[in-house]
Amino acid sequence: MKTVSLAEHTVRELNQMLHDQARQLTEPEWLITDPDGRHAIAAGLDQELAITIEGHAGYYCAGMNQRATVTVEGTVGVGVAENMMSGLVRVRGDASQSAGATGHGGLLVIEGNASARCGISMKGIDIVVGGNVGHMSAFMGQAGRLVICGDAGEALGDSLYECRIYVRGTVKSPGADCVEKEMRVEHREELARLLQQAGLDADPASFRRYGSARQLYNFKVDNADAY
Amino acid sequence: MSERDRQAGLRESATFDRQTIQEIQRAAATGIYDIRGFGAKRRVPHFDDLLFLGASMSRYPLEGYREKCATDVVLGDLHAGRPLHLEIPVTIAGMSFGALSAQAKEALGRGASEVGTSTTTGDGGMTDEERGQSRQLVYQYLPSRYGMNPDHLRMADAVELVLGQGAKPGGGGMLLGQKISDRVAAMRTLPKGVDQRSACRHPDWTGPDDLAIKIEELREITDWQKPIYVKIGATRTYYDVKLAVKAGADVVVLDGMQGGTAATQEVFIEHVGIPTLAAIPQAVQALQEMGMHRRVQLVVSGGIRNGADVAKAMALGADAVGIGTAALIALGCNHPRWEEDYARIGSAAGFYDDYHEGRDPAGISTQDPELAARLDPVAGGRRLANFLRVMTMEAQTIARACGKSHLHNLEPEDLVAITIEASAMARVPLAGTDWIPGRGGPGF
Repeated sequence: MKTVSLAEHTVRELNQMLHDQARQLTEPEWLITDPDGRHAIAAGLDQELAITIEGHAGYYCAGMNQRATVTVEGTVGVGVAENMMSGLVRVRGDASQSAGATGHGGLLVIEGNASARCGISMKGIDIVVGGNVGHMSAFMGQAGRLVICGDAGEALGDSLYECRIYVRGTVKSPGADCVEKEMRVEHREELARLLQQAGLDADPASFRRYGSARQLYNFKVDNADAY
Repeated sequence: MSERDRQAGLRESATFDRQTIQEIQRAAATGIYDIRGFGAKRRVPHFDDLLFLGASMSRYPLEGYREKCATDVVLGDLHAGRPLHLEIPVTIAGMSFGALSAQAKEALGRGASEVGTSTTTGDGGMTDEERGQSRQLVYQYLPSRYGMNPDHLRMADAVELVLGQGAKPGGGGMLLGQKISDRVAAMRTLPKGVDQRSACRHPDWTGPDDLAIKIEELREITDWQKPIYVKIGATRTYYDVKLAVKAGADVVVLDGMQGGTAATQEVFIEHVGIPTLAAIPQAVQALQEMGMHRRVQLVVSGGIRNGADVAKAMALGADAVGIGTAALIALGCNHPRWEEDYARIGSAAGFYDDYHEGRDPAGISTQDPELAARLDPVAGGRRLANFLRVMTMEAQTIARACGKSHLHNLEPEDLVAITIEASAMARVPLAGTDWIPGRGGPGF
């Protein structure tokens, strides 16, 4: 395992070392120490690396991740794993706003709580949150699954497209065009797989499913009050 | 008013003219606002209201057909390892695949590459056609992030972080269901036939402090090699430019209210934003006060139609310009060749603006395979290259007449205005005076 201290190296130096691995894989395992909330740590990876960040990370940690497995042993700032394409990002602590924003693929696991707009504009990523999520989570979610083991804040799934949301706790309010839907067998099986992948112990039968009512997909004057 | 109306004693209201009455009737009948493409059609102070002071006794002109007048420009050399080197200062503005056909995107790439300039992706991501045919391709990074792919980010020659556009500053994109083909739907990860109303705010940052961190992330992902543009719609331009530069932009793209769109509410197009002419001096002032004029390049778009507009924008302080609507017209949009087809859909050559309907007879703003096949990308690309060459030669003609050996040497001192409004906005004197409204001076 290669260890890089961000007290001794800049983020630029670290990321260049990690990006170089996309051309030639020589170090599959990395330990990043002294992150101290720095931004864009391990952003833009495109290799099957296993990276552990020992501490708290700032904005856009593991942004646009492809193939790598990144574990943060702390909390993360805005936009962790934003626009992730593939791979696995795990946050042991809490996450700030816009976690997994616009992600196209891969799995983001937040073992603690996630703040507002978790999974905003998600496009295929799977996000599993061990705790609660803030308001406007899965806003305009297009595809993928958002699993919330705790409670959801206001306007959950506002302007939702085809993203599926599973909630175990309470929902303060669903957003425009977001409705509770029947939890069928295939949904419980899907949820069980996601929880297993995330390594979180929760009974799929205790969750409810939310999705789009698909009433706002095309403009109708009778829906004007919803806009 | 026509002569027949006058003779009949009919008097049209200036407030409730026929167009206004028609719009009220249309709104009452349909219950929906009017949506269209193109750009603002109202008359606003524009480059036509400026004139150049050609050389005479006190200035020394260059020989029109002999002496060199250079046109090249470098964009993004402040921070990026690989800035763009363009042979002409006229770029192709961002337009999406989805709004435009794949053939149109390819034609734009072909035309731009032939004359050594760049083209730009749009909402919906990068297509193979445009990457394949664009020697220098700017990748737009938009609030919707439709089709956003880090591989494409790395394949691009520059990244344009879009905050807004001149036709609808404060608004997101719009692509109605009739233009969502299987390919467009797949690229945007949305069901076919859904009206796509793109986000107007970026999902993972708010405000200029966050923008600086977002730019840092994009630089990290691209290993600090790609120039980062920031595109703004012209509104509070002075402040927006300062904030964009402070956040770390290499290039500011400023789009005035005459800038085009594929689909937006008419009320938005005509009533939000400020004219290009009014925005440029604000942007230049902001850059100059920060000591960044010419270091952070300014690309101006919104109603650029010919070489005179190019020269005037550059004389006011732009480093380059962008064209969208004019480029589509060069490809064949609104061409009389399709007059019968325009009439069939209730429009006419020279007036067609219903880009959102996807029924473009010229095959440009459509996803209908039969219509799209009407545009030959090779022939279209050639027409665009011709047009870009003409624009460049026209700008050179004016620059030489003003004694400039490079288009970048044009300056506000070369210009006068022929209306008080244009003089105040462009901050150049009213012709025949040394008076600039709002700038003091002795007056007439």
